[in-house]
Amino acid sequence: MEKICVKDISKSFGNKTVFYHLNLTINSGEIRCIMAPSGAGKTTLLRILMGLEDIDSGSISGQKGKRFSAVFQEERLCEYMTAIENIRLVTPCLSVKTVWQELDRLGLKDCANQIVSELSGGMRRRVSILRALLAEYDILCLDEPFKGLDNTCKEQVLEYVKQRTTGKTVLFVTHDEEEVLQLGAKKIMLSDMDTGVCQLC
Amino acid sequence: MRQSIEKREIRLWAVLFWLIIWQLASMWIDRDILLVSPIKVLFRLCQLVCAAAFWKTIFFTLSRIALGFLLAVLVGSVLAGLSSRYRLIYELTAPLMLTVKSVPVASFIILALIWFSSRNLSILISFLMVLPIIYTNVFGGIRSVDKALLEMAEVFRIPWRRVVRFIYLPQIMPFFNSACSVSLGLAWKAGVAAEVIGIPKGSIGERLQQAKVYLDTPDLFAWTLVIVVMSLVFEKLILVLVRICATWCVSVGGKRT
Repeated sequence: MEKICVKDISKSFGNKTVFYHLNLTINSGEIRCIMAPSGAGKTTLLRILMGLEDIDSGSISGQKGKRFSAVFQEERLCEYMTAIENIRLVTPCLSVKTVWQELDRLGLKDCANQIVSELSGGMRRRVSILRALLAEYDILCLDEPFKGLDNTCKEQVLEYVKQRTTGKTVLFVTHDEEEVLQLGAKKIMLSDMDTGVCQLC
Repeated sequence: MRQSIEKREIRLWAVLFWLIIWQLASMWIDRDILLVSPIKVLFRLCQLVCAAAFWKTIFFTLSRIALGFLLAVLVGSVLAGLSSRYRLIYELTAPLMLTVKSVPVASFIILALIWFSSRNLSILISFLMVLPIIYTNVFGGIRSVDKALLEMAEVFRIPWRRVVRFIYLPQIMPFFNSACSVSLGLAWKAGVAAEVIGIPKGSIGERLQQAKVYLDTPDLFAWTLVIVVMSLVFEKLILVLVRICATWCVSVGGKRT
């Protein structure tokens, strides 16, 4: 698969410059972890790559026509649907049994048929992670996916994510170095935003 | 506690209380022409029900009001969908809806009588009364759909048919439900009022008009009761259909607990 090349992209929201001539390359089949302080534009970068935000200048190649899958900062689940229904909404080809088995692997067997608005924050998080992992995709974007999970649960989910993303192109936003190590991801540091020099480190 | 109050808004004892008050008031006035007793109304209603003409009259009015209502639901929903998608259609529709909302129903009735025959007057009038309510509510529902879910659908490339069914419809349904609930009663009131003015042959409006001419208060009350019951039954039926539709919208697969 073609690599993703981000060339000299700039992005501002009003007077606030988020990126100024940002360059980075993401090779196919690798897990890249984007790290930066809060407000530095990690989520914006993911949104740009997914086609949810326009750039002010620059160019991006290699992502056109690719299928994306994502875990957003918020769960973005349909509150009126069950866990299984939420997952099958994006993967209608998967049987209920298969989805149920995968939910079981993340400890969600008992709440598979429960409306997600009745689930705890951690359960909802796991459902949204599973939805992203079960969807058919070429590039997976994970925006602080383990936020709100307790340590035991996080270990279990990290292991599951690692198994399912082997050989896949993954862009992963986090503040936690431990998560980067466990997933074996390569780091991208977004830095020097104010000086207008933002490069892949 | 709150749920139990909501579920039993109308208590039988309260209905009986007001029926007794009505009976006592009619006994005190003692003139049927001014206030007929509920027992006499019930008796008259029983007489009416036994006649084939009663059911024909009901069918005449019900079919027209229902048709007007359903047409308004269809046109209002489609217009709301198009207005939310195309600004030009929204701008074109806005003054129309404002006019329909503001013009008194009597003006529409008289104008319609000048233009057309009175036979299908109640279709047009119930349509005009329901249209802006459905349009406004469905449009509001579409505008309030969670943008984050739409982005999610965009990223996962969920086909638009599934987006409409599983994301738009479930979120619009509460708006649509309340619009139907409000407009159903209005469709009946305005539809029958149109028939009373236009007096189409074989309609409930004609029967009410006759009751007025002959000062037949028992008939007037009996037909009014029929209208209330039909309006309630029609409303319940439509709301059950809306609920079934809402359940269908979210059933992607798998059972629920």
